[in-house]
Amino acid sequence: MPSPRTADSVSRSGGLDGGAAAAGRLELLEGLLAAGDPTRCAQRALSWLQRRGVRRGVCLAAYADGEPRLLPVASLGVSGERIERFSVDLELEDHPLTRALLASGPSLIASNGIGATPLGRGDVQAIPLAPLHPRDLPAGLLLVAPPSPTLTREARWLGRVLGPRLAALIAAVRLEESERRLQRERGLLASIINAVTDPILLTDGDGRIIIANARAETLLATDDDQSEGRRRAVALNNMLFSAALTRHAIEGAAAPRHEVPLVDPVDGSDLLFELLSTMTTNAREGTGIVSILRNVTDLQRATVELEDNYRKLRQTEADARAERDRLDLVIDSVADPIIVTDPGGVTVMMNAPAERLFTAPESAGPETLRLVQANDAHFSSFVSNLFFEGDALRRSGSIGLVDPASGAALPMEAISGKIVSALGEVTALVTILHDRTEELERARLFEELKNASAELEQKVREATAELVRQNELLRRSHIALEQASALKSQFLANMSHEFRTPLNAILGYTSMLLKGISGELSPHQRRNLERIDSNSQHLLSIINDILDITRIEAGKMPLTVAEFPMAELIREVLAEVEPLIARSKLTVTTQVDGALPPLRSDRQKVKQIVINLLTNALKFTPQGWVTVTAVGEPERGRVAIAVADSGIGISPKDQEVIFEDFRQADDSPTRQYTGAGLGLAICRRLASMLGGELTVRSALGEGSTFALRLPWAPGDGH
Amino acid sequence: MTPDSSALVLLVDDYPDNRDIYVQFLTYSGLRVEEAENGHQALDKAFTLRPDVIVMDLSLPGLDGWEATRRLKRDPRTREIPVIALTGHALAGHSKGALDAGCDAFITKPCLPERLLEEIRAILAAARPRAGDATA
Repeated sequence: MPSPRTADSVSRSGGLDGGAAAAGRLELLEGLLAAGDPTRCAQRALSWLQRRGVRRGVCLAAYADGEPRLLPVASLGVSGERIERFSVDLELEDHPLTRALLASGPSLIASNGIGATPLGRGDVQAIPLAPLHPRDLPAGLLLVAPPSPTLTREARWLGRVLGPRLAALIAAVRLEESERRLQRERGLLASIINAVTDPILLTDGDGRIIIANARAETLLATDDDQSEGRRRAVALNNMLFSAALTRHAIEGAAAPRHEVPLVDPVDGSDLLFELLSTMTTNAREGTGIVSILRNVTDLQRATVELEDNYRKLRQTEADARAERDRLDLVIDSVADPIIVTDPGGVTVMMNAPAERLFTAPESAGPETLRLVQANDAHFSSFVSNLFFEGDALRRSGSIGLVDPASGAALPMEAISGKIVSALGEVTALVTILHDRTEELERARLFEELKNASAELEQKVREATAELVRQNELLRRSHIALEQASALKSQFLANMSHEFRTPLNAILGYTSMLLKGISGELSPHQRRNLERIDSNSQHLLSIINDILDITRIEAGKMPLTVAEFPMAELIREVLAEVEPLIARSKLTVTTQVDGALPPLRSDRQKVKQIVINLLTNALKFTPQGWVTVTAVGEPERGRVAIAVADSGIGISPKDQEVIFEDFRQADDSPTRQYTGAGLGLAICRRLASMLGGELTVRSALGEGSTFALRLPWAPGDGH
Repeated sequence: MTPDSSALVLLVDDYPDNRDIYVQFLTYSGLRVEEAENGHQALDKAFTLRPDVIVMDLSLPGLDGWEATRRLKRDPRTREIPVIALTGHALAGHSKGALDAGCDAFITKPCLPERLLEEIRAILAAARPRAGDATA
């Protein structure tokens, strides 16, 4: 510390007046205070000292770098080389400068200590610089050649004022440097942890975040200006993260892995992290937890995808296998041979039917082998043709193969198709053979059928033409028949007229003779004339019958319908036939239902029928009886008139014959009974015209019953 | 001679034997008989002789009985003379044709002379007023 004496000595020193010296010191103090760094401060001090008259160099050494050593801070008149080499390790207690530093005042270092200071030859005075704090060691040494006593005073003063200032500046510089270093290190650390893409954070014992990297902040920290959705996501993440930390703390490291599902607040996607946390204890900060969240989202997704892909692969493989099996099954179940050939003509695959054609079993004989080889040669030729045909993708043609087992010819239709790769090169050739044997057989049969059909058609045409011809013939013959029938009717009509004219004369003359117009007759003549008369009458009745038939057939038989009582009609019939009855000696009885209502019909025709039936009965009954009955059949709306006899009867086979024209049961030329045989035919026709029927019930030798059934009125009944 | 017995019958038939029979019998029965053997003759005699009754066979050569009757019935001189048709044609239609032609009666052959006589007498009896008028 400056003493008043020292100040006095300064004021007395040099040739300078006291005022100027004081002004120089003040100026120096201002300069020292203005200097911002230790070097400039030291140089101002040395410059001031030099102006005071110091020669031969001066050096200022101090603790410049925080280490226990002295380094030159500034110098004047000293070679740069020496200054650079100058450094004093204060651990070396025997070093003159170490001892000078610890000395309470200036020390003289003898010239034999050459090399201890940068000032070179000669003695050097080392003046300690006052420390910043009185208890501290001196801040450095001022090394000067031994000056005059005035200068020594000045130098010692300088040591006192410069030391604290220099020490403070050096300390400030060092603090500044250390802060800069710390700042850089912190920046680097921040860069490092931010460069880690996994969230890293340090939390205190309560789970509050102390340090977090950018990624962690994105997930777990929020600002007020962020969107509501993002804030919620962050809140959720914090909750999830805290829960994970708690779980981790409870389960400890025993748990294999702690997975934390979080939400990406930016895009809302689900993230999955693996939590790695470590407890740290720091004296200043207390207990904290360092957590690293390793993003395994992609890993998990990749795992899932990998598993998925693997499963798909397996499935695809299984599908392919099943497909292949199915294809094999299909190919083998196809009855047509299928052959796959590679471009070299080598068979790659064939189904069972193809194998039967192109391979021979081991037990095959030479003939089978020969046939198989022949098939192979035919097939190869066909296939190679397709390869040579260039662009054609398909080819179909016929190959004549042989069944190696039976030797039977197999006309085959071959369809080949090239399988072309994406690059356009032919990779295989698929050939399907189709046995055309059946087809050809069908075609042959079809042809035959067609021919037969054509033949049949021709025959049908011919037959049709023949039929048309026959029809035409029939039509013509029908016309001819109709004409013939008309002619016949006309002829019969004419004939009956022609018959009647002479018959009229015969009957007329006979009648007149019998009446005695021409004179008296002898009994013999009368008898003969009567025979002529009865034969003429018979002839007339035959002609009348023929005329009746002709009339009926020509539809020219007129009906005259009227009401009449049945009993009266029967009486008339009996009266008419009375001469015959008288001659027959038969018992003839009649039985007419008294309750019968009058019949409405053609009286003349009914009478004609009954007379005919009765005449027949009398004619064919040698002995016994004949009865005529008439009864009503009200349930059928008709009346039945029956003529029964005990005569010769009619055999069943003759029972229809008798109703035919010109027929009698006995048709022989020597027949016993006369008559034209038209009676019953006419009767049946008449009965039919009247809406009735005429039937017979009879047996040979047991008589006959003819029944005429008529409706109460024509059009009645059935 | 009674008006009855003096009645004149014109008998038309182309078959001579039939004419002969009826002429013999009708004459024997007291009637006067004139004969004609075809239609034209019948018309001539009918117009000239004006018989009381005409017996007309329908099937005649040349002008047949139907046409002859139609002409007689169209002519005022002979319109009133009854005509008895006599035919061997017995088929249906013949009688109707005869009546349509104007015949007053129709007899089918064979016809015994006495049957014809009955018919003539019946016709004459019916025609009596006219005959009476004619004589008056």
